[in-house]
Amino acid sequence: MLSATGSELSTGSKDTQVTRGGGSSALRRVLPYVEAAVLALALAVPFVLSERTDLVTLATNVLILSLLAISFDLCWGLSGIMSFGQALFFGVAGYAIALVGRDLEFSELWATLPLAMLVGLLLSALFAAFLLLGRKPPTSIFVALGTLTGSYAAERLVSGWQYVGAGNGLSSVKLLKLGSYEFVEGTAFYFLALTVLLLVYAGARFLKQSQLGLVLAGMRQNEERLAFFGYRVQLFKALVFSLAGMVAGLGGALYSYHQGFIGPGNMGPGLSTTAVLYCLFGGSGTLIGPILGTATVEVLSYVLSDVDAIKPIWPVILGLILLGVVMFQPKGILGLLVSDRERIGSYGRRRPGK
Amino acid sequence: MTLLEIRGVSKTFRTLRALDGVDIDVRAGTFHGLIGPNGSGKSTLLKAIAGAHFADSGAIRFEGREITRATPYERARAGLSLKFQITAVLPELSVYDNVLLATQSGGSLPRLLLSSSRRALDSEVSALLERFRLIDRADDLAGELSHGQQQWLEIAMALALRPKLLLLDEPTGGMSPEERHVTGELLQPIKAHCSLIIVEHDLHFIRDICDQLTVLDQGKVLDQGDVGTIQRSPKVQQVFTTRV
Repeated sequence: MLSATGSELSTGSKDTQVTRGGGSSALRRVLPYVEAAVLALALAVPFVLSERTDLVTLATNVLILSLLAISFDLCWGLSGIMSFGQALFFGVAGYAIALVGRDLEFSELWATLPLAMLVGLLLSALFAAFLLLGRKPPTSIFVALGTLTGSYAAERLVSGWQYVGAGNGLSSVKLLKLGSYEFVEGTAFYFLALTVLLLVYAGARFLKQSQLGLVLAGMRQNEERLAFFGYRVQLFKALVFSLAGMVAGLGGALYSYHQGFIGPGNMGPGLSTTAVLYCLFGGSGTLIGPILGTATVEVLSYVLSDVDAIKPIWPVILGLILLGVVMFQPKGILGLLVSDRERIGSYGRRRPGK
Repeated sequence: MTLLEIRGVSKTFRTLRALDGVDIDVRAGTFHGLIGPNGSGKSTLLKAIAGAHFADSGAIRFEGREITRATPYERARAGLSLKFQITAVLPELSVYDNVLLATQSGGSLPRLLLSSSRRALDSEVSALLERFRLIDRADDLAGELSHGQQQWLEIAMALALRPKLLLLDEPTGGMSPEERHVTGELLQPIKAHCSLIIVEHDLHFIRDICDQLTVLDQGKVLDQGDVGTIQRSPKVQQVFTTRV
């Protein structure tokens, strides 16, 4: 019986001829050159712009906001977690160190920056527990709305809370100190922010290129498949989300010290969405792309807002530029240079000649 | 020794009763085929075993341990591995990385972060790729493979988990006759260390590699036994001649 029906039940054959190689297989490495160029530029900025303190301040701001952008890239670009609430961890940590400065008269670098990281880590871990660690895997929409709601709710909460300055936020944040040295705006703060960013970048790069990075790359493509491999996908997501919250918290603390101010807007959906834009504009999943995105968006904002002829409409022009890039170059400006293969990464040994 | 016990498993999708009180035993070291007409519940049963969806009632025990409500992660860790019907390779990763991802799945978080098993697993990954005739494509993207090669990659990934029971959902779907023959040859050696449940429409293929067969019809077990018994079964013949 089986032999009688077998041929009828079989599916038809398909052409299995394949072409070898192919453009996408050839790994062309561009990212290390981009990273080297950005590092060289970052090291040169304070020397080139030493006469313009306003531009050094802008550049410092770019470095600090880049931490927020990397935080989002860890979530979305590397792990496929759509977080619309990264500013929440940024803002809450910024408030935490501002309050420590105001109420405890304490702003030592060696304690306050780790404190900010801890605040970001614990708060994001708490959110991860609610949003990611349920019995059923959450949808991307659920996570996006959950984080957005958290960011919005926190903004509303501090806007009406007198203890934290309500709508006016906390100003005159105590200066960041290292022993008797105080970090004021300028070159010293710039190099502090650059050092922190370099350390975070190196850590994120190490994570991306590790075997854990391979798990994240797989998770981003098909998380259900990963569960059938025996990976606790939601736990991995919660871990990355918490680490990203820690990075955002660090950024929030530096922002608070650098600006001397932290307000409700620094934890709301506005800044959370801006972090998404930084990342998409530069090129998500590349780590360096979000830094380029932050620099481009912030410099464009600065330049456009300073041109008299377009002063009243510069946000509209900036919005149109952002819209254009996101719509017509969804892989960001780095997508013009970096292949998908390089962006996603290659983890195994390449075997030429085999 | 019974590796997998399925007792009274039922599953309903809205008004459709896909599985209706299914009882099956799978012994260790055997290849067990699930056959039946389209819509008979074969893939649903396989997914209920793998944890892609939960049975509404009944019990599934693996090595004597109740796994009816266990997550896919828990089942994979227990030694069950599924190859999906629709190929689910990770197309933007290289062929090598797809297998590495499966092979390293038993590693702890610190080991993964420190990449401490990457070198140690290289020989295992390479051996699997060699065995499934994919070593020459190791650096190519999985999405660039032909359909048949993607099926082999899927099987290699499923085997990379070192499972005790491998669940294959139509492993030769879309393959040429030659590729089907090769697939059979590739699967035979695993019998020494792994049992197999296979859903397949190609009855030639099933007959050649399976020891035991279960025939499903409309969500119920129509008959089960060795290949010879099933070939002679009047009930089975009736279903296949009238409805297939």
